[in-house]
Amino acid sequence: MKRFKSFVLKEFRHIFRDVRTVIILFGIPVAQILIFGYVVTNEVKDAKIAVLDLSKDEMTIEITNKLTSSGYFLLVRNLNSEDEIEEIFRKGEAREVIIFEPEFSSNFVKYGKANLRIITDASDANSANMLTNYTSAIVRDYSFSQNKSSAVAGQILAQSRMQFNQNLEGSYMFVPGTMALILMLVSAMMTSISITREKETGTMEVLLVSPLKPAQIIIGKVIPYVILSFGNAISILILGYFVFGLPVNGPLGLLLAESLLFIMMALSLGIFISTISKSQQVAMFISMFALMLPTMLLSGFIFPIENMPEVLQWLCNVMPPKYYITIVKNIMLKGTGFEFVWFETLVLLGMTVFFILLSIYKFKIRLD
Amino acid sequence: MAEKEIVISVKNLVKKFGAFEANKNLSFHVNKGEIFGFLGANGAGKTTAMKILCGLSAPTSGEISVAGYDVYAQREKIKRNIGYMSQKFSLYEDLTVMENIRFYAGIYGIKKNLIKTKALELLEKLHFLEMANTLIGSVPLGWKQKLAFSIAIIHKPEIVFLDEPTGGVDPVTRRQFWDLIYDASNRGITVFVTTHYMDEAEYCDRVCIMVDGRIDALDSPDNLKMQFNAANMDEVFIKLARNSDYEKV
Repeated sequence: MKRFKSFVLKEFRHIFRDVRTVIILFGIPVAQILIFGYVVTNEVKDAKIAVLDLSKDEMTIEITNKLTSSGYFLLVRNLNSEDEIEEIFRKGEAREVIIFEPEFSSNFVKYGKANLRIITDASDANSANMLTNYTSAIVRDYSFSQNKSSAVAGQILAQSRMQFNQNLEGSYMFVPGTMALILMLVSAMMTSISITREKETGTMEVLLVSPLKPAQIIIGKVIPYVILSFGNAISILILGYFVFGLPVNGPLGLLLAESLLFIMMALSLGIFISTISKSQQVAMFISMFALMLPTMLLSGFIFPIENMPEVLQWLCNVMPPKYYITIVKNIMLKGTGFEFVWFETLVLLGMTVFFILLSIYKFKIRLD
Repeated sequence: MAEKEIVISVKNLVKKFGAFEANKNLSFHVNKGEIFGFLGANGAGKTTAMKILCGLSAPTSGEISVAGYDVYAQREKIKRNIGYMSQKFSLYEDLTVMENIRFYAGIYGIKKNLIKTKALELLEKLHFLEMANTLIGSVPLGWKQKLAFSIAIIHKPEIVFLDEPTGGVDPVTRRQFWDLIYDASNRGITVFVTTHYMDEAEYCDRVCIMVDGRIDALDSPDNLKMQFNAANMDEVFIKLARNSDYEKV
């Protein structure tokens, strides 16, 4: 035990003595969560629009006011002709143009129907789509209220509600994903690099000749990262709660336990990577390509898995972060308990055991 | 003369990597307190054999005992009784001299209150006290090497294994390093050293020369020079290596 203690102590020294390691461990998680939370967002807020009002009556002005007072849109210019539309998009001055037909309100009164056109800058397809949806919703809302006052009945109106994230806050999506990403990065990449470093400098040989057992060496190397990763997970949750108002609706204890399990999984993956890589560089590249990119792209973190081609969906099924993100979203947002995440938990547990066994097997081969 | 105590005994050691035979039926023994040199060109199989003796690698077959323990069944006991210094000196560059000493003393289970006195003793002997808090990364190579050796024997092992310990240092530093080896040997520690510097072979009590995975010669340097009618070990080695070439052709 005393031998083991001096080993863990040494490991902490390595971590805190290297400025880069400390930055990766503590700086990047905070920076990433803030960047993902604030910058990468699907919300519509103060989107710049321009209006080409060919009728300029009370109704069009009212609609325009309704749009701008919603907080989603910001009127930057009133256009005078359609020729200006292309120019304003080219310059990026506005992302959406709304055109009211001439005689808008008299048409509405006469025929119960008036037309407006929404033109969006679809070079950014996602946000164009979203802007259109928001605009039509507001216009629909307005027309409904007008119909009510003029007592025209017989319209069916669908009302939607975004369950678990009513305001479609981007941070609700990104915090769980970022948590997976950071835990993966810190746990798997850092352990694989630190173990490979011992191999590269030849100190691993000396350790193996020493009375320390191989399992002690590996556990000793991993323990500091378990502690630090867990600290990271907690600080991300705190940041999420206080900065983005992300709730933890389910049991906090379960959430922490699942995070610990995911950390273990990532560590065992890191150990496995270290058994197959000869140098720190190799370990880093494997971690980058085999962990970072799949965590971001194939886990449902940014792109919904259901929309992917089938082959990629299979690939997603072997990506550990997918399960962790599902678990975190379920617990934090839906407030569910263990009964709804047991399957994902089992998968993570299985993956952990799998990588540990594989590493032991690899390690044995190297010894013989 | 009293019966010599044998600390390493190897009988018919064979090590295969797939079809390649790295060690072909080696048999030798090492006496207590001896400086035993293991010589050979790169790839002759000397590091492989040493790794087996240290428990870093398992033999394919053969009867081997180290410090009185069997390499198959008692690997853990062997580990407690040997020291090991690798080609790369194996100190942690980002730890200080003192931290390195304390770490290695710690993993060899030396008691905490003893570690400090041992560490100071060691540093004083190397005239290294003022460097105690320097990071290893900024310590010159020759010093690192001496330190690595002193650390490898800090727990007073029965045998210390040195794997090409003097690579990359100048002859003067190498000579100083050998003084440390003599000192350890005088204190009863058996020294098992691999090298490909032939001048170093002269410093050993007995030398074992490996060629293509076999032991081609094993005796004291003086006897070997006589046997091969050579002025120095270099010539002995070249004569043996030539044999190996003939065989290949």
